[in-house]
Amino acid sequence: MDDPIVCRCEEVTVAEVIRAIEEGYDTLEELKRHLRVGMGPCQGRTCLPLVARILAGKTGRPLAEVLEEISVRPPLAPAPVELFLGGEG
Amino acid sequence: MRLTEHPILEFQRGKKITFSFDGREIEAYEGETIAAALHAAGIRILSRTKSGRARGLFCAIGKCSSCLVTVDGIPNVKACVTLVREGMDVRSQRGPGQIDPHFRPRTAGPPLEQEAEVAIVGAGPAGLSAAKTLLEHGIRPLLFDENPHPGGQLIKQTHKFFGSRAERAGTRGVAIAQELIAEVRGEVELFSGSQVLGIYEDEGRVLAVSQGGRLLLIRARYLVVATGAEERFLLFPGNDLPGVYGAGAIQTLMNVYGIKPGERALMVGAGNVGLIVAYQLLQAGVEVVALVEAAPTIGGYHVHAAKIRRLGVPILTRHTVARALGEERVEGAVIARVDERFQPLPGTEEELSVDLICLAVGLTPSTRLSEVAGAKVAYVPELGGRVPLHDETMETTVPGLYVAGDCAGIGEASTAMLEGRIAALSALERLGRKLRDERQAAQRELGELRSGPFGERPRRGKEKLLSLMKEVALG
Repeated sequence: MDDPIVCRCEEVTVAEVIRAIEEGYDTLEELKRHLRVGMGPCQGRTCLPLVARILAGKTGRPLAEVLEEISVRPPLAPAPVELFLGGEG
Repeated sequence: MRLTEHPILEFQRGKKITFSFDGREIEAYEGETIAAALHAAGIRILSRTKSGRARGLFCAIGKCSSCLVTVDGIPNVKACVTLVREGMDVRSQRGPGQIDPHFRPRTAGPPLEQEAEVAIVGAGPAGLSAAKTLLEHGIRPLLFDENPHPGGQLIKQTHKFFGSRAERAGTRGVAIAQELIAEVRGEVELFSGSQVLGIYEDEGRVLAVSQGGRLLLIRARYLVVATGAEERFLLFPGNDLPGVYGAGAIQTLMNVYGIKPGERALMVGAGNVGLIVAYQLLQAGVEVVALVEAAPTIGGYHVHAAKIRRLGVPILTRHTVARALGEERVEGAVIARVDERFQPLPGTEEELSVDLICLAVGLTPSTRLSEVAGAKVAYVPELGGRVPLHDETMETTVPGLYVAGDCAGIGEASTAMLEGRIAALSALERLGRKLRDERQAAQRELGELRSGPFGERPRRGKEKLLSLMKEVALG
């Protein structure tokens, strides 16, 4: 494989990210929706800083501005469904 | 392979047990994680992606999700932080895994509710130091950590610390961790193997925590977030192969579980972490074939560099890993010289025969918990990435929410311990204790620790944060 992986969870490569940016997906939100990059079980902890750097490089936008687009939502870790069944099972 | 002899560490293993992996019987010891036991048995491929690419351990501390397996029918269990049990049925999974249609979740019962003056998330140097400080003043905090053992990365440090005598210079990290753990054990309520899922507002602050199949709802007046950092990843072909590890994962395997991570290693990064872990690999009997560093100079302390050079490890500056070789796992690496823009120069490639590539290319603060709590963050490169804004008392933009250690900006274990202490003292002041002098003394000590040349970057970063904090305060 010649193309480095950027998102291990969703198996997204650097070339795929670059192609998507060139096609006009030029925010982190759009890239996530288009490629699922950062939407796997680790929730982008490893890849989004790298994707943000590629995006900033390709678009000329400041890295700090691109990083603002990272949004964090609960649950912060995979959780078993039984946790939320309460006493109702 | 399990290590039985080590120049510094002694490994105390629990009872021998057996479990199965994809139907194959595996021997393990109580107290080992699934991932550690599988590594000891020579198994590196833990699962596969949707397309079938092999996935293995990368961070080993529950952050990267590269090691998800199916345990007793439940998919997406983190093999790196889940302890093996006798008779456990572990299976590799593909993509998000599958739920057995006949599987019926057992009912967990209603959530357990608990109240505390102070909750601490993260039992590394910062969190333990905060817990110890609180105990000294009569407050028993609740302490949460997603790993099965407390101590964070400090329990993996076999080298002696530098710095100020007050911060235990000359003592090995592992000994400092053991001391801290001994001081809080039995006094604080420690929830190991727990994961904080979120923070919610319900007439006060409520933490939702997952532990052992139960949901805990924790009401805490004050919260110290000491969640540490995550390993940075590097972009090169083959970077996702099992056998490419973050430096922390290598330390976890070798120094916590006493497992030899490979036979021949390439270390990437000549900062302190890269230099120290290269030495630790040698201590564990692993041959370190080379250490590459893209920058023109060695970033870490020269004492550490000299030590590994004496042992015959070549340190190649202006070099990087250009490619990992292998289909299912690392079977080799190609290194190359880099140009001014850190790109590999064609024609300078050299192939190395290695079975392990260790990335020590920096850390990114783990800010997710602070962020869901509503803390404002800012990108401060000097501190390793996005960090929650905080003032000198370690309080974030959310009142009563404190941060300490690497999650507040990448630093050293010594500065993390001081930040944990400051955060705890600040919370104690809010609880009515008169501790201003003590807190200010800790702040001065922290300033002194950062006064040397190696403290310059974090010092500049923290100054930036302070001015951003003032802007927020002014609205």
